[in-house]
Amino acid sequence: MTTGKTFTFALMDPPFETARSTTALRLIDATLRRGHHVNVFAYEGAVYLPFALQQAHANAAHGRSAEEEDHPLPRRWIADLMAAAAAAGVKLDWVNCGLCVDERGARESIEGVRRGGPPDFVSFIEASDNTLVVPTRD
Amino acid sequence: MSKRILNIVTCAYRATLEEQDDPILWLTHSMRAAKAPVDVLLLSNAVCYLVRDQDASGLTLGGWSQSHPPRLVDDAAALADGGASVFYNAADARTRGIDPADVVDAAIPIETEALPELLSRYDLILNW
Repeated sequence: MTTGKTFTFALMDPPFETARSTTALRLIDATLRRGHHVNVFAYEGAVYLPFALQQAHANAAHGRSAEEEDHPLPRRWIADLMAAAAAAGVKLDWVNCGLCVDERGARESIEGVRRGGPPDFVSFIEASDNTLVVPTRD
Repeated sequence: MSKRILNIVTCAYRATLEEQDDPILWLTHSMRAAKAPVDVLLLSNAVCYLVRDQDASGLTLGGWSQSHPPRLVDDAAALADGGASVFYNAADARTRGIDPADVVDAAIPIETEALPELLSRYDLILNW
C-alpha cells in the first residue's frame, strides 16, 4: 500500500567509514516499508555506496572464511532496498552525482543507479514532501 | 512555485583543497543554476570562509603544486553577486576574533537570537 508521499535523502559519506551511511540506509528502509517513495542524491563519497566492485572477504581475526563471514556490503543493501521497493510498488530512485563519480573513478555502480547532478537534486526536492540531509561531519 | 531553500554550512573545510572549493557552496551555486532559490547560512567554523585576507595557495606534494587553490571568500561573494543571500552567525565570528571589517561586504551578519526568524522564511532547511 503506497501512501503517495515522497521523501528525498541527500547522502555524503562513503561506505565503511562511519555509522551515518548505515543509519541513512536504515532510515531509507523504514521509509520504504511505510509505503513512501524515496529519492536518493548521493554526493561526494556517497557515490561509492552502490559501487559494484565491493567485495566480501575472509576475516582471519574472526577465524571465518569469506562465506562464513558474510561481510556486509552497502551495494548489496542498496540492491536489496531496490528489490524491496519494487516488490512493494514504491519507487527508490538513486542518483549518483556524476562529477563526484568521475573524481573517484566510481563508474561501476549496481543496476538501478543512475548518473545525475544538482539539477536532479533540485527536481527531487520540488517533488518531495520533505528532504533530509545526512552530511559528512568532522 | 519553487521551494525556498536554505543551505546551512556548519562543517568547514571539508575537502576544500581537493575540490578547490567548498562542496556545499559549489552545490548551492549549481542548484541556483538549476533555478532553485537557495540561500546560504554559515555557522561555526564556516564563518571563516568570509574573511577577505585568506590565502590557501602553496600546496605542494612531491613535484606537484596546486594551480587553483580554493578561494572560498570569492565563491561566497560570487553567490551573493548572483542574487543569493549569504548569512553568517555574528556570534560565531566574534568568538573566532573575526573583525566585521575583515568580512566580505556582501555577507549578512545574523545574531543568534534572530536565527529562528531567519529559518522561518524558508520552506526547506538543509543542514549540511
